[in-house]
Amino acid sequence: MSVTGLIRLGDNALVLGQRLSEWCGHAPALEEDIALANIALDLIGQTQLWLGLAGDREGQGRSADTLAFHRDAWDFRNLLLVEQPNRDFAVTMMRQFLFDTWHFEALTALTTHDDADISAIAQKSLKEVTYHRERSTDMVIALGDGTEESHIRMQGALDRLWPYVGEMFTRDDDDLTDMVALRPGFDAHAAATLEAATLTQPASDFAHQGGKTGARHSEHLGHMLATMQSLPRSYPDATW
Amino acid sequence: MVSTQASIEDVWDWLGEVPDPEIPAISLVDLGIIRDITWHGDTLEVTVTPTYSGCPATSVINFEIEAALRDHGIENLSLKRQIAPPWTTDWLSEAGRAKLEAYGIAPPQPAGGPQHCPACKSTAVERISQFGSTPCKAQWRCTDCLEPFDYFKCI
Repeated sequence: MSVTGLIRLGDNALVLGQRLSEWCGHAPALEEDIALANIALDLIGQTQLWLGLAGDREGQGRSADTLAFHRDAWDFRNLLLVEQPNRDFAVTMMRQFLFDTWHFEALTALTTHDDADISAIAQKSLKEVTYHRERSTDMVIALGDGTEESHIRMQGALDRLWPYVGEMFTRDDDDLTDMVALRPGFDAHAAATLEAATLTQPASDFAHQGGKTGARHSEHLGHMLATMQSLPRSYPDATW
Repeated sequence: MVSTQASIEDVWDWLGEVPDPEIPAISLVDLGIIRDITWHGDTLEVTVTPTYSGCPATSVINFEIEAALRDHGIENLSLKRQIAPPWTTDWLSEAGRAKLEAYGIAPPQPAGGPQHCPACKSTAVERISQFGSTPCKAQWRCTDCLEPFDYFKCI
């Protein structure tokens, strides 16, 4: 069992949770503001479980908070997709849909993991993520098959984010499950949703890589971490 | 030393008096998050499961459990977090469901939406948002009496 595999799952949840939190107080409608904050809250809760377990297994006394706030960008192991900036609501929702669809498949596979702690966290998270996926699927369909303006923006968001899909299905020895095996489930749900949303899946399968290995994060991650980590780094003994 | 350990039934009753910090109409026992109570020697172990993994009420709940049991004279207490099997709204007690409805929150239904408006009982209801004021609730509205209301999500 690889600690890096646990950190990957925790970092995905943490980085996307932080990104979604940036909408708090800024979303286009109150209900959306509350919904995004709730999803962020679920993801931060899942982060505590994954990074908490990673710290335990690593055995060097690092807590979930230590891992979240006292690592630099090159030590993060999240997918490039989740660190992409919010931009407009279309990009935020499309990013959420693509991530939720992968996350649902990954957690489903991990519910039967041999390690009881991993299986337990996956079972707990899957309930929440099932709800996230339902919502982002509805939202992609409503906005894709919505007004002319919302359709254009959703297609633009899909074209922008599609090059970040491929990295989710790369695999190496640190992964806790075979990520390649998740692709058919992802493709089936994505294709059905995009068709209902009257959106066109990009033809190119070119994939940016380097997030989950830490080899090459995009420039966006460092800026996000600077905001997220400033308080515990400036005041190391602060408690809340 | 002669033990004067409280009975497990009494402890369940005491925790049945502790209100949920977010939805004080129901107790922690009604919510189904108290999974087990056992004595290990002279230490009382209470097993608690979180509703949602990020629910901020979790730490308050642990504090409330501890405060209530200390008030009843429990000295050695251990709170154990258990996340599997994950909490489900199937564990809400029947009494808890009735209290929720009386409080104005529609209880969870396997069909995925409220059975009826908790105020006027009309079945003409529509969803406003999948999320609400706490992680466990969604916002709905009655199209007859026009009241918006919370629905306790079914998970």
